[in-house]
Amino acid sequence: MRVSVLLFAIYRELAGTGNLDVSLPERSDVRALLAALRGRGRLSALPAEVSVAVNRQYAEPGTILADGDEVALIPPVSGG
Amino acid sequence: MNSQAPPPRRPLEAAERARYARHLVLPEVGSEGQERLKAARVLLVGAGGLGSPAGLYLAAAGVGVLGLVDPDVVDLTNLQRQILHDTEAVGVPKVASGRQRLAAVNPHVEVETHQRRLTSANAMNIFAGYDVVVDGTDNFPARYLVNDACVLSGLPNVYGSVYRWEGQVSVFGAEDGPCYRCLFREPPPPGLVPNCAEAGVFGALPGVIGAAQALEAIKLLLGVGESLAGRLHVFDALAFRWREVEVRRNPGCPLCGDAPTQTGLIDYDAFCGATAPDPRIRQLAPSELAGAMAARPTPFLLDVREPFEWEESNLAHLGAVLVPRREVPGRLDEVPRDRPVVVYCRSGSRSMEVAGLLAQEGYDDVANLAGGILAVADSGQPPSVDCRGRH
Repeated sequence: MRVSVLLFAIYRELAGTGNLDVSLPERSDVRALLAALRGRGRLSALPAEVSVAVNRQYAEPGTILADGDEVALIPPVSGG
Repeated sequence: MNSQAPPPRRPLEAAERARYARHLVLPEVGSEGQERLKAARVLLVGAGGLGSPAGLYLAAAGVGVLGLVDPDVVDLTNLQRQILHDTEAVGVPKVASGRQRLAAVNPHVEVETHQRRLTSANAMNIFAGYDVVVDGTDNFPARYLVNDACVLSGLPNVYGSVYRWEGQVSVFGAEDGPCYRCLFREPPPPGLVPNCAEAGVFGALPGVIGAAQALEAIKLLLGVGESLAGRLHVFDALAFRWREVEVRRNPGCPLCGDAPTQTGLIDYDAFCGATAPDPRIRQLAPSELAGAMAARPTPFLLDVREPFEWEESNLAHLGAVLVPRREVPGRLDEVPRDRPVVVYCRSGSRSMEVAGLLAQEGYDDVANLAGGILAVADSGQPPSVDCRGRH
């Protein structure tokens, strides 16, 4: 299955793009997606805890993904 | 706010009725709403990029009391986005400059100033008596501190944050809503997210986000519309696109969950790893700097700020050399190993990180200038080189 990953701010900079298509085995969870992303170049710097929204709802590491899901990685941002 | 008792109101004077005419005709505001705003107290933590537009709109809207918390003075590099302050205010405390500007915008508003850093020791006292807190801080320890103090005080936290061309806005700490920790359960590793000085921030972006914070704060005070509680908005200014993410309260949240494990404020610098004590690194007080530089062999004085900060003021008269933080790992050959090294930055946290890196790389005499060049200026030994106008 394929999921569409949206990246913002520092995560976008690590990935070099705001949008990635990722192929995963069926019934993979968010944790497996993050592990796959950490294998891609500078995304290895993704922190242990990443806030994730699946189809615009906050999701847990164990949330099961489905083909076509939109997964947004929400970066911590502190500027003011 | 107590949902039993009607929210307090303060009657309007004739001049105020004229000033707020465009509010008074709105069914959602009217006389009753405007009188509620006059009775309301909002605390702005940070009078910078976000606090500026938020404060200006809250003052213009007639919020009765505005509190400003900020330890800093206005710097020339602030003015590109911090529209509360003008050119003449450079060098003036932000809370004083802010009070003057807000009073000029609306003399009916009372401004309370707290010229200090918000800390675990003072946050609960400062927050007491306010109805809503607007988070316009600029670092992770302060964001967790504002969140925790809001949850423990039962105050809504109108959150905004910016990075380069992107912003976030939400409302945390509302009844049954999530808190900042429900969204960001752990702080990012130190050094992952650059600050505004290093990364830059587009000036009008905090204008958009800070104005959204003012809007949400006023809606909360009026009790109208749908608040952003439970929804995070992420704004991409380059694409001009807003994305909404639903965030629920985390029942396992250590702070606002069903069985909270944290019932007081903690050490947020340590929590965020910003100042984990490193026994290999000496902390040099600003008053000790001149003496340390007179010792033999003369220490190598390393400035790890950005070039534009160096242009503003620096310690070149003491022999300082500029290597911005991010370039240090690739330029270690420029840092001698046969002399003590003293590292400094603006306020002491970037330099602490570099000092840790140097210790890691085998430098055996490394000191961090505590409080940075700001503390040197405060200690009555002003950084003497000013390169403005030079090329």
